[in-house]
Amino acid sequence: MKINTADMVFEGLLRIADDNLILGHRTSEWCGHAPTLEEDLALPNIALDLIGHAQTLYCLACEVNSRYKNEDQLAFLRLEHEYKNLLLVEQENGDFGNTVLRLFYFSTFMKYFWEKVKIKCCFTKLKEFSEKAFLETSYHSKYASQWVITLGDGTDESNLKMSNAIANLEPFLGELFNNDDFTEMCSQNDFLPEPTSIFDSWKDEVKAILQKGNLDFPDIILKKRGGRKGEHSEAFGYLLSDLQYMQRAYPNSSW
Amino acid sequence: MEKGTEKAWDVLKDLTDPELPFLTLDDLGVIREIKRNDKNHVVTIAPTYIGCPAISVIEEKIASELKKIGISTIIEKSFSPPWSSDWISENGRKKMEKFGISPPHPRKADTIGETLLKDVKCPQCASYRTEKVSEFGSTACKSLYRCLDCKEPFDHFKCV
Repeated sequence: MKINTADMVFEGLLRIADDNLILGHRTSEWCGHAPTLEEDLALPNIALDLIGHAQTLYCLACEVNSRYKNEDQLAFLRLEHEYKNLLLVEQENGDFGNTVLRLFYFSTFMKYFWEKVKIKCCFTKLKEFSEKAFLETSYHSKYASQWVITLGDGTDESNLKMSNAIANLEPFLGELFNNDDFTEMCSQNDFLPEPTSIFDSWKDEVKAILQKGNLDFPDIILKKRGGRKGEHSEAFGYLLSDLQYMQRAYPNSSW
Repeated sequence: MEKGTEKAWDVLKDLTDPELPFLTLDDLGVIREIKRNDKNHVVTIAPTYIGCPAISVIEEKIASELKKIGISTIIEKSFSPPWSSDWISENGRKKMEKFGISPPHPRKADTIGETLLKDVKCPQCASYRTEKVSEFGSTACKSLYRCLDCKEPFDHFKCV
């Protein structure tokens, strides 16, 4: 695969930023609906962190691609096929158990991802950012893991709901660890780690937490993919119409 | 200190944090550096959290305060080294406790929320018999605790 460095950096940043923006948006949907007041504070706080990560990454992306003048343009004014996020993060929230399980999967992945970027990344600004991002995603992973254990090891009903969440999210996990030509190139250029290189650490941690919650570790094989190429699921169009509403209705509006 | 940046420090050291208005940015250790280039002062700030909504307010405050004394400013965010609660001054910690927030303990390396000391002291009655209610409190930098003696809920500033 041949591509110049600026394009590689732009595409790589976009993938991570889009994952964070879209999961941040989904997580923010819990605001005012969480089961307890404490969770109603926790989830929007996490959403804020995720959207903050996306914002910084979009700003870095604008520095290498003059076609986009600011982060809002990337977040709010692209078309559906231009978003490169994983299918996992765009799925509807489902119940609280499904929401925290997805957050656990994703933040644990990102924790190990940033840990690797911290050690090796040719793009200095991203390497610096990863120090802080690593700390924050570790905290999210820990928060979500406690709920996975509590609900899995709770009542028959909460265990059943968590088991259903595991089955529900299973088809989307393969894409999280799917290497492609692009990820290979990023790794060869010491830009970003290959998703497969994160699998072992991720699996050990996720397995241990699921076990504590009397839950079975899912089969991880590539079933559904497309997000990285801009091919999204039905739920994504509805999400975007909500996310983009203000900028579409009132172009260039600002606070 | 470089000549010419002293005036800027003088103005900025009294600016307060929008979310913790009894603390100055200096107490928090948010302002890392002021340098001069040709025409501008470059102020480097370390955000407490990447997505902290107070950051844009802080940036505006810094720029407008310096503009008042005729200094034009460029603000840069720095994540390396990442802001740490260990940077909060002794004075800042005292003010926190006075305003009902339990200040952060020294932190373990590479973690958020995990401390070298286990006990969180209640800022109301000074009891150490306290428990965590929620990892997240009213802002990203705080978790919610409860005192088992005086029964009051309180915020604890997380170790970052």
